[in-house]
Amino acid sequence: VRFGVVRFPGSCDEVDALLACRRFGEAQLLWHKERDLAGVDAVVVPGGFSYGDYLRAGAIARFSPLMESVIEFARAGGPVLGICNGFQVLCEAGLLPGALLPNRSLRFVCRQVDLVVENADTAFTCACESGDRLSVPVKHTTGRYHAPGIPDKQIVLRYAPGQNPNGAQDDIAGVCNREGNVVGLMPHPEHAVDPLTGSADGGRLFESVALRVPAVAPVA
Amino acid sequence: VRVRILIRPKQGILDPQGQAVEQALQALGFEQARNVHVGRLIELDVDDVRDVPEMCQRLLANPLIEDYEILPGEAGAEARRAA
Repeated sequence: VRFGVVRFPGSCDEVDALLACRRFGEAQLLWHKERDLAGVDAVVVPGGFSYGDYLRAGAIARFSPLMESVIEFARAGGPVLGICNGFQVLCEAGLLPGALLPNRSLRFVCRQVDLVVENADTAFTCACESGDRLSVPVKHTTGRYHAPGIPDKQIVLRYAPGQNPNGAQDDIAGVCNREGNVVGLMPHPEHAVDPLTGSADGGRLFESVALRVPAVAPVA
Repeated sequence: VRVRILIRPKQGILDPQGQAVEQALQALGFEQARNVHVGRLIELDVDDVRDVPEMCQRLLANPLIEDYEILPGEAGAEARRAA
């Protein structure tokens, strides 16, 4: 599988995302001003503060030239993962339902949390079983998910009982689109890919898409 | 012409920032301050105010979580008619 990792001005987790992807396939960065997705099989929209988070987190990044191509790729069924700020961007782009609001505490939270897999039938959770627990860090200020009426099957990950760090509706940590090819989550799986740093559970998300797109196409 | 747009959290959505400001006001002795909400004001100059509602809908406000209001004023009245 060949991953493309988006880099906006203000991204800060794109290198960790790139290294996480490389554990399971090939990966390259994609610059926000380009329109060409370089033939990648999957796109990761990483965390950070794209365009300074001005106006609302993700609101301006969503209109970047590259995102127009990512939206087209996602609508055609291509696997797209949005992490933290990337999740905010995908919500603003209308690829995922709902919106992210400031944490209930109004504080930046940075801690390891347990996630429960609710839907193991998406492009990024198919290496998991429903009910699996994943230990992954969160670090954000605007992570309170809000999506009244979201269908249950679009809830992909929840914070384990008692661990909701931001006041998110129904403990929701991650969601998908109706088709399951676009997934977004506030926690950072790319920071949990090596037991050396406490947990390798986050790797399961990247592994999932590698299972769906197994072979790396030879470079022409 | 100058246009001013007020954006505020949608009613019913928890607004911890408004709550924090309310508590701070009450701590200062202004016990009568209630239902505090914090929004933002966007000011801009435009040639054609009829485009302003679309600017609000596509970028300036997120209709899931925010309401927008084009504020009164000569230009505002025309922009609101375009909505």
